[in-house]
Amino acid sequence: MPTKLNQKIKEYFILATTNLFHRKLRSWLTMIGIFIGIAAVVSLISLGQGMKDAIFSQFSALGTDNIIIQAKQAMFGPPGSSTAAPLTKDDRDIIKKSHGVELVATRLIKAIQIDFEKKTFFRYAATFSDDNEARNFMIERFKFKIEKGRFMEIGEKNKIIIGQNYAKEPVLGRELRVGDKLSINKKEVEIVGILAKTGNPQFDNTFFLNEEALREILNLDDRIDIIIAKASNKDDIEQVVETIKKNLRNHRNVEKDKEDFEVQTSQQLISSLRTILTIVTAVLVGIAMISIIVGGVGITNTMYTAVLERTKEIGIMKAIGAKNSDILLIFLMESGLLGMVGGIIGVIFGIALSKTVEIIAANALGSELIKASFPPALIIGALLFSFLIGAISGTSPAIQAARLKPVDALNQE
Amino acid sequence: MSETIIELNNVWKTYFMGNNEVNALQGISLKVKKGEFVAIMGPSGSGKSTAMNMIGCLDAPSKGEVYLSGKDIMNMTESNLAQVRGRKIGFIFQKFNLINTLTAKENVILPMIFQNMTKEERELRAYELLKLVDLTDRMNHRPNELSGGQQQRVAIARSLAMNPEVILADEPTGNLDSKSGSTVISFLKKLHKEKGTTIVMVTHDEHIAHNAERIEYIKDGKIEKIKFNNKIT
Repeated sequence: MPTKLNQKIKEYFILATTNLFHRKLRSWLTMIGIFIGIAAVVSLISLGQGMKDAIFSQFSALGTDNIIIQAKQAMFGPPGSSTAAPLTKDDRDIIKKSHGVELVATRLIKAIQIDFEKKTFFRYAATFSDDNEARNFMIERFKFKIEKGRFMEIGEKNKIIIGQNYAKEPVLGRELRVGDKLSINKKEVEIVGILAKTGNPQFDNTFFLNEEALREILNLDDRIDIIIAKASNKDDIEQVVETIKKNLRNHRNVEKDKEDFEVQTSQQLISSLRTILTIVTAVLVGIAMISIIVGGVGITNTMYTAVLERTKEIGIMKAIGAKNSDILLIFLMESGLLGMVGGIIGVIFGIALSKTVEIIAANALGSELIKASFPPALIIGALLFSFLIGAISGTSPAIQAARLKPVDALNQE
Repeated sequence: MSETIIELNNVWKTYFMGNNEVNALQGISLKVKKGEFVAIMGPSGSGKSTAMNMIGCLDAPSKGEVYLSGKDIMNMTESNLAQVRGRKIGFIFQKFNLINTLTAKENVILPMIFQNMTKEERELRAYELLKLVDLTDRMNHRPNELSGGQQQRVAIARSLAMNPEVILADEPTGNLDSKSGSTVISFLKKLHKEKGTTIVMVTHDEHIAHNAERIEYIKDGKIEKIKFNNKIT
């Protein structure tokens, strides 16, 4: 019996294909909804997944024994740009003295105005600590390498190094070279080194200065955007986090659970970033789902029309021996196929779309963060899902077709 | 005495049109035996189409019994009935009723698919049947590429697909010119004569009806008279 059923499904598959081919234009139009939806879902998920993978590999390079301390953000923006109570050098000293902390590095990340060859640009600058130990820690952690020139010496005020993209792309009008001079917030500085490509768009598109140099240029007080602490023992990291939190609370005079700062391990940072990405992907996929549902309604509509148009045909098939279940199967197969073919085209378009985004991102933004990833489960899932949507959308019309009385159906003109 | 294939016993069919009751059949009784060629004749509105639907198990009576090979069709489920219909009855319709999206051969094969015949068997049988109706050269044409006469011959081949016990022909020549019509009739006669196929033909055309061995005249939903035709050629 199962072989008979298999054979029947095969026959009806051929029959359904014939029917769909016979109404080519309508079939294509019906599939559009499904195919746009599936294409959107596939490309969004693949890009989201790719981004998660990229972020994970970036952060795992950071090591797991790091603790990152930031002031709580009031708004979106680069770290420290809109905080009510920023971290300061005092906070840094408190952290440095905390039990279990081996060393502390600080960073500023600021928007700067760059004047170069009579043009003005707004870019980001980041800093290196003016402390040998902390600086080496950061260079090692972020795997910074100099491609051309040299790092700034400790205490050097008017020297900067630049991210790879400024040397490779005419971002500021032309490619920058070692020895080029430009001004940051009206203060002239000289490029002494070019950083090797890190693959991280933040680093590859950033100007690097010594911390005190940037402080002077921007006329900053002793605020700090990010403090990175290294735990002396990796296994104690959670405890060190608690110690830092407690010490900072005391120093900043805030109550527990009302902290105006965040202390996270790089591990936590990864997982919270992943959560954010997952949520963003889920929301976008949810929106794309609407298209699929609308596509499903389109299939239902098409199939109802098909049942009406082919009432006589249904009558004929019943007269020559088709059971209700045969008619049901034929129509379900047709709507399932509509969904599935829409899904196949959607998957192909989705892959093409996310690959295009990946290539554009790599070329235009120099970003390797946007990478498409296509796990087999995504492809197979998308195809099964589209077949299912088709079949479900076709269920009600198929039942209507199956229930037609042969004599009534035959007399239909 | 040969076995009875179809029996209508005091069959009534009542339709409700708004508040009006219309009795399309008013206690019709009829027996078709194996190997017979019966014509059912009557003017339009006489109830002959309704009678045809009853004989073909396409419709259920309001009152009375319909027996197919001795089994009461009222006791059968819809899918059982479909199965029986597919195996025991071959339909030929006035308007041919072929599936337009399928080729001549696929149309002949369709009933065999519903009966789970294997692919090899189907291909062979379809070829034989189309050969029987002289259409092997038109096998892969779709109905709209065939003349009316050719379409009706495809329909005859289809009706024979499952080697049915009876062929029901509803005005088989109604949509054909007289030449194609007589070809179709000659095929039916050939089937009856050479293979002993049982044929029930509904028509309003006295001339066509005279090809049958027996003519049942229907009027106002009842059999009015029966005429035996002994001079069939």
